[in-house]
Amino acid sequence: MAEFTLPKNSVLIEGKTFKAPAGATNIRRIEVYRWDPESGENPRIDTFELDMDNCGPMVLDAILKIKNEIDSSLTFRRSCREGVCGSCAMTINGKNSLACTKAIDSYSGTIKIYPLPHLQVVKDLVPDLTHFYAQYASIKPWIETQTPAPADSERLQSKEDREKLDGLYDCVLCACCSTSCPSYWWNSERYLGPAILLQAYRWLVDSRDESTGERLDELEDPFKLYRCHTIMNCTDTCPKGLNPAKAIAETKKMLVQRKLG
Amino acid sequence: MATKTNRPTSPHLQVYRLPLTGIISITHRMTGVMLTAGLILFVYVVSALAGGADCYAAMQAVMNLWLVKLVCWGFIYALFFHLCHGVRHLIWDAGSSFEAATLNRYAMIELAASLVLTLMTLIWGIYGL
Repeated sequence: MAEFTLPKNSVLIEGKTFKAPAGATNIRRIEVYRWDPESGENPRIDTFELDMDNCGPMVLDAILKIKNEIDSSLTFRRSCREGVCGSCAMTINGKNSLACTKAIDSYSGTIKIYPLPHLQVVKDLVPDLTHFYAQYASIKPWIETQTPAPADSERLQSKEDREKLDGLYDCVLCACCSTSCPSYWWNSERYLGPAILLQAYRWLVDSRDESTGERLDELEDPFKLYRCHTIMNCTDTCPKGLNPAKAIAETKKMLVQRKLG
Repeated sequence: MATKTNRPTSPHLQVYRLPLTGIISITHRMTGVMLTAGLILFVYVVSALAGGADCYAAMQAVMNLWLVKLVCWGFIYALFFHLCHGVRHLIWDAGSSFEAATLNRYAMIELAASLVLTLMTLIWGIYGL
């Protein structure tokens, strides 16, 4: 159900401010969402003043600088630092993205960093993605076949069929799109959300997969698929430049075409 | 696990900046609700027509209040906006024009079209056909 306000335990309180070192001339303010499960307090916003003359270019560099030099308790996920792992997904100045692919200079003024929206927070910028991954598993993200595999080769694909997967296989499951979607905010228990639906479509159009019918049966549901109202936040926010809304529309078309025979 | 149940919900509407398409989407819903509510006014006008000369005169007086006029024009704009975004949905449902780069342009076209249609209605209302 739609809840427009935050529950009592989630309302933000004022946090600490960490001043820039004396002598720093090129200062940037970074506001970061903090929540410590052991404190018993509500989440807070800490403000860090960073010396940009001594900091890497990306938002992730700024966060790492905070952790290394100012507050080692700051908690976040990161790994590849080049936009292929999808770990450092967070809300930066009101839009979901990967901190490692966003340049600090592409923002003006204070940069505000929050965990991905409308999820349970484990600590600081780490949200609980258990449900998201369970939804991913529910669409059976692997090839399903009825026919036996060729004896002396792999299941081959024409170039054209392979091209159908472009813009779909590139998804790194960072959850930026799903957590930007108001429909997913209000109905994530039953609505699969843009990321998982894009993945579902990736298997629907795979020429090697032989259970397209069963996959469509699973998706034909007022909530799983049809809670998409083409709000387009997903396509707007995807840090990989993919188009989940289009994949969802194509899935809806496949369902109509199947009905029409 | 005690800590698990106490986990806060991360901010959503409070911090997320809806893109233009997102704003238009929620406006589409709100205009839908407003149009439904506005039908009460429509029913009032129709029933006044059937109610005889006195009823008609009273209704005319009400309809001439500037606030009611404003509501009427709001209703007409809401109608055209809802129509334009409805057409946009039809185009989407056909599977086309999802490209991220075109989204804002289409949104501006919708807004402009609904405004132009409202102005045309206004001019038609003043000068007749």
